[in-house]
Amino acid sequence: MPRARALARALARAVDATARVALDGASMRATCARTMTKPNDARAVATARTRARAYSVGQMVHRDVPEDNSTMTWTFEASVRPKVDAILRRYPSNYKRSAMIPLLDLAQQQNKGHLTLAMMNHIADVLEVAPIRVYEVATFYSMFNRQKMGKLHVMVCGTTPCMLRGSREIEKALEEWMGVKKFETTACGTFTLGEMECMGCCVNAPMIAVADYRNGVEGYSYNYYEDLTPQTAVKVCEALKAGKSPRVGSQIRDKAEPIKGLTTLTGDPSGPFSRDLDQIKADVDAAAAAAAAAAAAEKK
Amino acid sequence: MFTRTGRGLLRTLSTANRVVARENGDKLSAIRTFRSSEISKIRALTPVSRAYASVEAPERTHGNLSDADRIFTNLYGRHDPFLKGAMARGDWYETKKLVELGADWIVNEMKASGLRGRGGAGFPSGLKWSFMPKVSDGRPSYLVVNADESEPGTCKDREIMRHDPHKLLEGCLIAGTAMRARAAYIYIRGEYVNERLALERALAEAYAAGFLGKDACGTGLDFDVNIHYGAGAYICGEETALIESLEGKQGKPRLKPPFPANVGLYGCPTTVTNVETVAVAPTILRRGPEWFASFGRKNNAGTKLFCISGHVNNPCTVEEEMSIPLKDLIEKHCGGVRGGWDNLLAVIPGGSSVPMITKDVCDDVLMDFDALKGVGSGLGTAAVIVMDKSTDVVDAIARLSYFYKHESCGQCTPCREGTSWIYNIMKRLVKGDARLEEVEMLQEITKQIEGHTICALGDAAAWPVQGLLKNFSPLIRERITASSDAKKIAA
Repeated sequence: MPRARALARALARAVDATARVALDGASMRATCARTMTKPNDARAVATARTRARAYSVGQMVHRDVPEDNSTMTWTFEASVRPKVDAILRRYPSNYKRSAMIPLLDLAQQQNKGHLTLAMMNHIADVLEVAPIRVYEVATFYSMFNRQKMGKLHVMVCGTTPCMLRGSREIEKALEEWMGVKKFETTACGTFTLGEMECMGCCVNAPMIAVADYRNGVEGYSYNYYEDLTPQTAVKVCEALKAGKSPRVGSQIRDKAEPIKGLTTLTGDPSGPFSRDLDQIKADVDAAAAAAAAAAAAEKK
Repeated sequence: MFTRTGRGLLRTLSTANRVVARENGDKLSAIRTFRSSEISKIRALTPVSRAYASVEAPERTHGNLSDADRIFTNLYGRHDPFLKGAMARGDWYETKKLVELGADWIVNEMKASGLRGRGGAGFPSGLKWSFMPKVSDGRPSYLVVNADESEPGTCKDREIMRHDPHKLLEGCLIAGTAMRARAAYIYIRGEYVNERLALERALAEAYAAGFLGKDACGTGLDFDVNIHYGAGAYICGEETALIESLEGKQGKPRLKPPFPANVGLYGCPTTVTNVETVAVAPTILRRGPEWFASFGRKNNAGTKLFCISGHVNNPCTVEEEMSIPLKDLIEKHCGGVRGGWDNLLAVIPGGSSVPMITKDVCDDVLMDFDALKGVGSGLGTAAVIVMDKSTDVVDAIARLSYFYKHESCGQCTPCREGTSWIYNIMKRLVKGDARLEEVEMLQEITKQIEGHTICALGDAAAWPVQGLLKNFSPLIRERITASSDAKKIAA
């Protein structure tokens, strides 16, 4: 009798598990259905998914949507072509693929901040590689965006040196000011708030970097704003929004010098100096000649 | 047992000798491996002569570098970074003669200078450059300059590229000559857009002046420098990942061997060197290797760019002598630790990848490769991250664990999975929301990652956590206990 009870319990458990799986399947299908039926909302879904999985790189899987699908074509603008050619010239002609990252970067600038399938396909044509070679690179590097960005991409550096000096407060202040959370775009489409790992500006921490996609390739800029406080970070973004150009670099000092006065390099730098290289050359030549003579003598 | 014999040896030395013994940490560790029966022999052999030497000549202090001995004279961008200003400061001076002295001479002079690579590993540069093939088998050789500066805490190469770009370009020609390379690629991290523009402008100037390109500097040699850039991947600072990325692939490190000196960029012999290493080379050759070797302790020669960030009054980048005491570096150039030296909690002395050291070690440690290795850390890129007592040190290291989780390229399983596990545990340790066994478990995970991956990112992810556990595990345990007590009370 107890055995039968145990069996019944096990059966109940199994049924329960199946039901749970079925439920999961249903909710998954529901999500997909939402994606299908509301294609215009795909961006929002993508953003939500990205945020949930916490990839700053963003979307890893392509899904055809009206504004980005496999039937579209794309090419570099005529004004950008000379730049493309200049980049290709840097690498051996049989290793065109080396130009991958610079070309993706140019394409992203031209397309106001993100890469579409058609762009990656075009770059594959230019570089004469299979499209997958471009897709894998575009999804590996964190500076390439696969979803539509705001005109200004504001990235807060959050790694330890910046964190120690208050980058979390800056992130919070910007979230409040923009009215969005990290990795989201404002409703007006002006700002995307992002986070980056160490930007190599630790002495001037905390800092934000702003990628400006408003003016295409020609007007593209990627500036650091350093030595910030929550107030100055907001001020910088306010100025950018108003179309002004706030001071690039440190907001409170010149570069990476000690703020309370120089401790080194106070005078003018000294001029050119070298030891007597002619004498060294003569010595080296004499030594080489002597060695050669000795070798010749030994041979004899 | 080794420690005991080591201590026994130390006790027999005078105070002055102890300093000497510490300075010769490498020798001491060699001594430590002797059996105690041999100690008497060692006593008879080694310390006595040193004792007299150290009594006669007072111990040399390091760290009073004068401006005349600084290599990066435009570190703060107070002067013109471009060609006219650079030439006035002595760049591109007698470069032709240096090149004409030949590859072997340059390599020998670099060896004599004692320069060790400035990118973190500290491998002797002259030796590294000499690994390139002397006679080509038909393949060209390449110099690749690693300007993918992304080690948290490090921002020295940035200053070189935006304020002294011609030092780097001239260094490329010199190092390229030493390696018999046909061309150089400078790989800059994608985020350094403005730094790249400065370097591109300097490059155009150097070409226009005939310093690079066909018949570089009138030597009859052709040497090209190209600028390439990445797109935000920390892993591309690893030399083989950098080469992969430069070839237009994902930045995933290659297995070694073959080493890049045999099969590197495009399958050709390649040497990857740090920006600072390359940029100091012309000055060393002009001033002489003896000049450079006169700074710092033995085997730790030269001057070095230090970046001090975190809780100091004046964070800054500064060029100082190697072997400068950490305390002097912070007090002299950074206006001291926020709230005074006694408010210091810990320091990460060489960029995020090295273990942290606590205040008692910071009191007298010297900033060089061997001294920091001796205290269980490393000089790395000489990026000093200072944390005062207001720091939540567990949180600070948890943030680094997030960094490594984010930057793991995903190629080797221990690193791909392990960095996530570390972060997940660290995240809970910050709040104390963990069980006491997990502290041991965390240590074990780091040991499982360390040494089991293709590149050093796995090690780099493990070491900061190991450093934390070594120095602050009582704090972590306390937090866990407090948190579980609080939960019990609430229940």
